[in-house]
Amino acid sequence: METAVFLVSAAVVLIGAVGVIAFRNPVHAALSLVGTLFGVAVLFVALEADLLAAVQVIVYAGAIVVLFLFVIMLLGVDRVENLRTEPLTGQRPLAILVGLLSLAGVLVVLVGGSVAATGGESLTEAISDTTPNVNQVATLLFTDYVLAFELTGALLTIAVLGAVVLTRRPPTSLPDGDDTDGGED
Amino acid sequence: MEVTTTWYLVLGALLFTIGGVGLLIRRNPLIMFMCVELMLNAVNITFVAFGRELNDIGGQVFVFFVLVVAAAEVVVGLALIVAVFRNKPGATADDISVLKG
Repeated sequence: METAVFLVSAAVVLIGAVGVIAFRNPVHAALSLVGTLFGVAVLFVALEADLLAAVQVIVYAGAIVVLFLFVIMLLGVDRVENLRTEPLTGQRPLAILVGLLSLAGVLVVLVGGSVAATGGESLTEAISDTTPNVNQVATLLFTDYVLAFELTGALLTIAVLGAVVLTRRPPTSLPDGDDTDGGED
Repeated sequence: MEVTTTWYLVLGALLFTIGGVGLLIRRNPLIMFMCVELMLNAVNITFVAFGRELNDIGGQVFVFFVLVVAAAEVVVGLALIVAVFRNKPGATADDISVLKG
């Protein structure tokens, strides 16, 4: 059963990922990204990370992809990109070569020396069979990692402020003469 | 056939590679952002898989923080893209190589 779940969701993840980089239309790429994110959420369920699966669907598929689609629609950048021409000669073969090299390196580190690369077992806290997953993650977040938790809160606030400042139009570029005389009612 | 941690690690490595290659070959800034999201997701899979392998809940807590930072990154990045596209509609990554409006 777990094998079937893994194989199906891994196929969805990889096909979606290839779709993101292969579709010429950004809207199609964003929808393909949704497929990948859902596949990752299913894998989180298979790995018994229930809280993360829910957060993955809510934050990624529900918020981030919608933000992407909003930007695509509002800016009208859903133009189809011409993928036939290469801007730099030999960019794609070189990019694929670099990708394969990094894949080989990552596989050697991850699969070859997994425990050596990450250290010992249960350094933070062992995964409990009795406590629900949400309770365990939340307890750790609000005790050991409370400083990091507060800092991410500050980070999100700063990010919102930054987004507002960056997208604000300067006052001079406002369209003038937009019916200030009015009064035809 | 038993699903071992290695399967998840190989999947994470493949996803990371696809994201990295996409980041290198695409020129639309929005697609490049989506590729960064793919790479972050690959790392998240690896974190959770290692967390289960080593019986450590810390991997899941770390993924939580990665998700928050990814959300903040997307917010600021999309605001930058909106600001750039307002001046140069249809700009690609090659058009903004001088980092100047």
